[in-house]
Amino acid sequence: MIEISHLGKRYGDIVAVDDVSFKVEPGQVLGFLGPNGAGKSTTMKMIAGFLTPTTGTAKVCGHDVQVQSIEAKRALGYLPEGAPSYGEMRVADFLSFIADLRGLAGAHRRQRLDDAIQRLSLEGVLSQPIETLSKGFRRRVGLAQAVLHDPPVLILDEPTDGLDPNQKHEVRVLINAMAKDKTIVVSTHILEEVHAVCTRAIIIARGRVLADASPDELEARSRYHGAVSLCTPASAETRELLAALPDVASVELDAQDQRLTAFPRPGKQIFDQVSELVRQRHIAVSELALERGRLDEVFRTVTSGASGAGAAA
Amino acid sequence: MNHPIGILFRRELASYFATPVAYVFIVIFLVLAGAFTFYLGGFFERGQADLAEPFFSFHPWLYLFLIPALSMRLWAEERKSGSIELLLTMPITMMQAVLGKYLAAWAFAGIALALTFPIWITVNFLGDPDNGAILAGYLGSFLLAGSFLAVGSCLSAATRNQVIAFILTVVVCFLLLLAGFPLVLDVFRAWLPQPLVDAIASLSFLVHFSSISKGVIDLRDLVYFGLMIGFWLYANAVVIDLKKAD
Repeated sequence: MIEISHLGKRYGDIVAVDDVSFKVEPGQVLGFLGPNGAGKSTTMKMIAGFLTPTTGTAKVCGHDVQVQSIEAKRALGYLPEGAPSYGEMRVADFLSFIADLRGLAGAHRRQRLDDAIQRLSLEGVLSQPIETLSKGFRRRVGLAQAVLHDPPVLILDEPTDGLDPNQKHEVRVLINAMAKDKTIVVSTHILEEVHAVCTRAIIIARGRVLADASPDELEARSRYHGAVSLCTPASAETRELLAALPDVASVELDAQDQRLTAFPRPGKQIFDQVSELVRQRHIAVSELALERGRLDEVFRTVTSGASGAGAAA
Repeated sequence: MNHPIGILFRRELASYFATPVAYVFIVIFLVLAGAFTFYLGGFFERGQADLAEPFFSFHPWLYLFLIPALSMRLWAEERKSGSIELLLTMPITMMQAVLGKYLAAWAFAGIALALTFPIWITVNFLGDPDNGAILAGYLGSFLLAGSFLAVGSCLSAATRNQVIAFILTVVVCFLLLLAGFPLVLDVFRAWLPQPLVDAIASLSFLVHFSSISKGVIDLRDLVYFGLMIGFWLYANAVVIDLKKAD
């Protein structure tokens, strides 16, 4: 469990993190979203006990990271941004060094090492120096290091950055597999990732928490939520027919792929009306879809500070 | 040894030998130590079987450039590669991290120093030296190396640029080496009261080193080196705490 209250970090006059409070329970995977320089990494570094907060407190499993730092660090697995390690060390040596520092011993140590190596498919590179590995393997070594002692709390700063699609998928499977009983915080700026692994998302920008909700709730804030899009050759006349429907607020035409999107009036469902219209008027459609909402649009709206843009909200 | 300091110590020491750094350092140290002894020190020409003058008296100047080359990477590299973040989020204290890395560097310097043993064999073969005095000389040299390393470790934490760390360490070690000499004291004499000038003079590495290297092991000199190392390592921990954020 992670409890953060009024956490803040200031460098001289620059406020990196400003009064951030949240709580993450076991079983939750919290996605930490935000533009670059929003304060994601700084917040994670403070939870991990690397940076000293200017204000507020962070608790990991009930241990204040400043007061009981050793206990807090023991309960925590941390993947720093960029997955740093000691380049000249061989993977096997590096992992056993971490196992020693984590105080693992005997059969348990052996079993944890085997488990981490197997989970991250590191068997083939154990005797290679880390600096000779590809970016994806280095990231996996960093992840293996973080999960080595089977910690109840995991803080992963951009765990899939620099990985290819297959590796990204593997890391997401790994996170999902561990999500059951652990408290996990993942930072990312890949929005598809949020749906793939997170049960909850926090959007942070300029050091402040701007949104804290489940991915579905965030999507519901999108003006695309509940909108219906369709592709048809007869786009001009269809556009007018759609606009004439009682519950349709507006219709937009994407100039690039000729896709029409009809936005509902607040609180209305329009999919049935639109499909009924298509059937009655025999409009040839190649595609007809109910939009769930677009996270990237919500992200932009929230982080650019343009609060008036949420027309459908 | 499963203490965090021991674990760090072993990793660090092994890392020296994982790269050519260790071998280059040891070879250069041995070549220079030999060259100084035989050419500048006139080891054979003196006709005396001792090591204080021809061997140990050159160590401060040898260390002045070689030890900063060893210490410059200690923390600057950790900060540059970001591994400092990994290290300091392990369940260890700051002082354990500082000590583990420092002791490994010191042990490495000790290995280089111990490899000068042929000179000790030579002097015993040629004559009948005071081996107690030679042992004291080695002790003094080892303590001096440790003090330089403590300074270097602290200054290495202040920057992520190894070249800056190297130059800063050379300058500070040079000033501390010559603190008892007019070169340094004249700067302070103009505006500091005499007792403070005397205090600065007593900080000189060279004064304390030369008395030990002549075979006189005075408790005050040992305490001096101990305090010096302790002070710089404590400062090291403070500097890391202040600078790790940027």
